[in-house]
Amino acid sequence: MNLALRLVSLVLFIAAWYAGSQLAGPRLLPDPQTVALAIVNEARSGALAFNLGVTLARVAVAFFIAMLIGAAIGLIMGRSRVADRLGDPWLIVLLNLPALVIIVLAYVWAGLTETAAILAVALNKLPIATVTVREGARSLDRALDDMAQVFRMGTWTRMRHVVIPQLAPYMAAAARSGLSLVWKIVLIVELLGRPNGVGFEIGVAFQLFDVTRILAYALAFIAVMLAIETLLVQPLERHVARWRPKPA
Amino acid sequence: MSPAGVQNRLDKDRLEVGIKHKSYRAASGGSLHVLGELAFSLSAGEVAALVGPSGCGKTTLLRILAGLDRDFEGSVKLPAHGTLGMVFQEPRLLPWRTVEQNVRLAAPRATDSALDALFQTLGLTAHRALYPGELSLGLARRVALARAFAVEPDLLLLDEPFVSLDDALAARLREELAELVNRRPITTLLVTHNVDEAIGLADRLLLLSASPARVLAEMPVKRPRTVQAPEELAAMHDEIARRINQAHL
Repeated sequence: MNLALRLVSLVLFIAAWYAGSQLAGPRLLPDPQTVALAIVNEARSGALAFNLGVTLARVAVAFFIAMLIGAAIGLIMGRSRVADRLGDPWLIVLLNLPALVIIVLAYVWAGLTETAAILAVALNKLPIATVTVREGARSLDRALDDMAQVFRMGTWTRMRHVVIPQLAPYMAAAARSGLSLVWKIVLIVELLGRPNGVGFEIGVAFQLFDVTRILAYALAFIAVMLAIETLLVQPLERHVARWRPKPA
Repeated sequence: MSPAGVQNRLDKDRLEVGIKHKSYRAASGGSLHVLGELAFSLSAGEVAALVGPSGCGKTTLLRILAGLDRDFEGSVKLPAHGTLGMVFQEPRLLPWRTVEQNVRLAAPRATDSALDALFQTLGLTAHRALYPGELSLGLARRVALARAFAVEPDLLLLDEPFVSLDDALAARLREELAELVNRRPITTLLVTHNVDEAIGLADRLLLLSASPARVLAEMPVKRPRTVQAPEELAAMHDEIARRINQAHL
């Protein structure tokens, strides 16, 4: 039933696309077959795999840097009032700074380099991770903290078995929203200052007014992110939530 | 060992409590005087019960002994290495770790055979791989007991460990606790407002006054308790209840 509904949804989408391309003409909106063929061609030449790989690597590195540092800062701010007061204005500035400003400044200050690109993406994502994890750190259970102290659990044991499991739902929320945000920003970063990747290819296609190629790369990348979601994120969430009693 | 050496070891293993004053800052701005002059000591292996009206500061006292609250006047000397085992009013288990992991995390040095025996005594052998969310309150309290005993504590602190269990279950758990304490003497401080529980488990009762708490009286319990006549136990119960009621006034 579930699968059938999904299939219906997919068929409807393709039908609407086809109808749209008949209305708008192949120059503005090429039909699904043309785009599928373009994907196959790009895949044959190896360009697709290369560009997807490059972009995915940037997404992964920026994502992990942002999550790690963002969560650490969030944890500190959630537990210490002084740190919270000190860090809060910075956080508000970073949250409200447009992504484009951070990217342009990073390229101006650090040159058109890989480091600048990844730093710019990470910096865009970091405040959101911080805010989410801070919320989690504020609601840590004092009773469990006391228990860990009475039984003299070491710092590492406490982090791993007492603190992080409590933060897990917040980390998962931050990771979910973060992943989609990060790959969108990576594409902009590539468009503005990298010589490869999905964003770069879409930039070239834009200059040539090649809508087929834009759609080919966009669809291929969405497929990759969907695969990551179902094969990586969801199983991980299930593993983390394994202790929760199942609804009867 | 010379007699002086034995004496030294015994002194080292004593719990010495000499609290002079403890108050909280109330939300309204004033200060709340919780504990007054409160001095007592426990010799090695002794089981004492703190009995007093609810709200008299028993939990505060336990928090001070557990090192969770250092904001007080006076001194506390824990026995020997000061390894603590504690059973809180709620089980306080980590919901995301299994029963066995909960115990092992608190007692990383416990041997497999010691844990096997402990789980056996407490009837937890079949539940080792379950998560706390899958346990009844009675079972969760047993896990909390297992965790406190697994660390082989120098001092065992029990904060109303059987509250909100039905009478039959509480009695069974009391028996299991008594068996564990008898197997290897552990200096134990039990906080309760259940007089029967105090008589059933302790060598000595410490009656506390209403807040600010101080020790009203100390009463030894004759051992072994099992051979005491029921009338004698009943008389003792009445005597304690009378004194607590006086403290309330």
